[in-house]
Amino acid sequence: MIRHTDIDVQIQEFAAAIGDREPIAIEGNRTRWSLGGDLQPDVRTLTAPSGIAEYTPAEMTVQVGCGTLVSELHDELAKAGQRTALPERGGTVGGAVVVGQNHMCLLGRGRLRDSVLNVRYVSAEGQIVSCGGPTVKNVSGFDLPRLMVGSLGTLGNLADVILRTNPIPTHSRWLVSDDVDPFAIQKTIYRPSSILWDGTFTWVLLEGSEQAVNEEHDKLSAIAAFEPSTEMPVLPEHRWSVHPNDLRFPGQFGESFVASIGVGTVWGANAQPKRNIEPGVERVASRLKNNFDPTGRLNPGRVPGRI
Amino acid sequence: MNRAVDALRKRWKRPVPGETGQLIRELRTALTKDRVKYDAAQRTLLSHDASIYAGGDAGPVCYPTSTNEVASIMQIAERHGRSVVPRGAGTGLTGGAVPMDEPVVIALNKMNRILEIDAENRIAWVEAGVVNLDLTKELRPLGLHFAPDPSSQQVCTIGGNVANNAGGPHCLAYGVTGAHVLAIEVVLPGGDVVTLGGLEPEPPGYDLRGAFVGSEGTLGIATRVAVALTPNPPETKTLLLAFAEPANAAATVSSIIASGIVPAALEVMDQRITVAVENFVNAGYPTDAGAILLTEVDGLQPNVDVDVEQIIHLGNKHGSTSIRVAEDETERKALWKGRKAALGAIAQIMPDYYLHDTVVPRSKLATVLEQIYDIAERHELLVMNFFHAGDGNLHPVLAFDAREPGVMERVHAAGAEIVQVSIEAGGVLSGEHGIGVEKQKFMKLLFTDDDLDHQNRLRISFDPSCRANPGKVMPIGHSCADIASLRAIPKGVWG
Repeated sequence: MIRHTDIDVQIQEFAAAIGDREPIAIEGNRTRWSLGGDLQPDVRTLTAPSGIAEYTPAEMTVQVGCGTLVSELHDELAKAGQRTALPERGGTVGGAVVVGQNHMCLLGRGRLRDSVLNVRYVSAEGQIVSCGGPTVKNVSGFDLPRLMVGSLGTLGNLADVILRTNPIPTHSRWLVSDDVDPFAIQKTIYRPSSILWDGTFTWVLLEGSEQAVNEEHDKLSAIAAFEPSTEMPVLPEHRWSVHPNDLRFPGQFGESFVASIGVGTVWGANAQPKRNIEPGVERVASRLKNNFDPTGRLNPGRVPGRI
Repeated sequence: MNRAVDALRKRWKRPVPGETGQLIRELRTALTKDRVKYDAAQRTLLSHDASIYAGGDAGPVCYPTSTNEVASIMQIAERHGRSVVPRGAGTGLTGGAVPMDEPVVIALNKMNRILEIDAENRIAWVEAGVVNLDLTKELRPLGLHFAPDPSSQQVCTIGGNVANNAGGPHCLAYGVTGAHVLAIEVVLPGGDVVTLGGLEPEPPGYDLRGAFVGSEGTLGIATRVAVALTPNPPETKTLLLAFAEPANAAATVSSIIASGIVPAALEVMDQRITVAVENFVNAGYPTDAGAILLTEVDGLQPNVDVDVEQIIHLGNKHGSTSIRVAEDETERKALWKGRKAALGAIAQIMPDYYLHDTVVPRSKLATVLEQIYDIAERHELLVMNFFHAGDGNLHPVLAFDAREPGVMERVHAAGAEIVQVSIEAGGVLSGEHGIGVEKQKFMKLLFTDDDLDHQNRLRISFDPSCRANPGKVMPIGHSCADIASLRAIPKGVWG
């Protein structure tokens, strides 16, 4: 078990630095800094507490400061043969949580929003608030951790989180084919960890025991020629989130695209048009923002859902 | 038994006599006469749920058949200043559906249509009143299923599963209801109809869908739900491991998880419940074992074979006295029938029982179990334990005879101590039953006043007038109404 006992001290200092007035934004590694709009000028920025606070592999949970790099977290978890659903893109744990974008291999890793068990954050009034629970299963009260995922830090300043971990499969293999219907893959094999399609090539990630990976490879080979792949597709700039069926109509994504089949995430040359939020939902969201941040001091300028 | 309900009742204004007649007339105009009931039999029937909390007080009972009708009911109730309580099959165990002070009860049982199954994209739209197992039966020919499988799945509804974020034996590997809900059509307390979440992987804006799941009817009423469908595993193996002591079973569970295996299920039953079940359904359980561990692994056959071998190794390492792998589907079903019939089996021993639900870290299972046996003994109660060991979700059953004078006080006292030791072990109040009225008073054991204040902020964002299932979840002193009156929302701050 790993335990850094200073996380509570760090959070106290974090709360004191945030205080209870004036606009504030928490800075991760700025890998998705422009999401949700530009930060208002002259806003003070802070970094979140960092380090792994507690990790017991047999509990399949890890408590980690939000300023920790995802790569550092995963390096530590890998020593015990585990990983999380967070994407590893150079950013911090807190950044990944408040951005809320899933790992490219969502089918194998699970959704990020389901992996966040507990969140401690510093509120707009400077209080340290804890929500969720430390166990993998918990329905004690309202589920605020879900709200924090994808909130862009507009409801609270995230300090630390408890994440569910998962075992790293003993074997994994990327395969590629230029001669297969990508939509046939899920009908052919059981729960691939990722299916990516760029209009010509289809990449499939198989994970499990060596024999299981071999058998799934054989099943794929029965429908098309698949080769092991060492090179992954280059992902175009813009991220889309669409109904998985819309992937059958890729023209909208631009001249180049990579689509996650069975999921609905697309990286396209074109930007995704603004997605509408129903007026009734907007009204609830507006009340929520006002209730959590009455003076509008948290990450001003950013609005979840705004590109 | 009714103390919790009575205490809460004092906070809500009772309806003025004579007003109910006009309310019923308007409801019957919006629906039909036969679908708005106010007879004594209906009101008594719907005054309680499957919990030990009686003493509810139902107002008019409505059986809508469409979202528009639910919206009309909400609007009428609002005009009359009446609260609303949604209801599925009434299988909740914490009093979440117990009505107080004659609210309009909205029973969703007639909204039970499976609207659309998109097998290609593994999504189904269902009405909230669809029974959990009915959906899975419908999906069987397509090789798919709805993963949450609470013990009441033969009767509980998808809407109820959403309200309580239901789990079940197989949520260790597959996740609880929230992980399988993509979008929810909700009628808000004012009558607005909204869709929370979406079928795309990252819907825009705040995850109000996630906040709604598990909110026990306090944020609005779910009328339709888009659920994710899970492919049936090509191979499933079920193992029965017997041990001399529950501690050996608990240690085996921790070792299995630490070894990198995530079984589909890991269920432990102590000797008392094992004997009761065996007498009840002849599941083939070893009655001389101190505890049994029912384990299921599924997926691709080579992965399953590796996992089975490893589980047998770990079971032997922790002193298993016998290990059996179900040889066919009949044997597998018999093993599961025993587990699913556990509550029914208790009726042979005592006429009443109180089923608890807390979660502790897996590493603390054995310690907390010992404490639970001690607590029961001190209170002169019979306790039996069967639980979802893989996720540390304990379900101690206190069996008793309610006719015995003073027994309810002992049951409640023992229950409170079980919660206390679970929290002290680093656990939480509930794994899958929710808070309802049962555990409101314990919320402060887990959360600070600031934590609870923020939960309330979410609550009033959906329901500013606090009319959706009031008096549930939040503890007294942190009620929605108490807080709402204190906080004025500044205009124009955001959005």
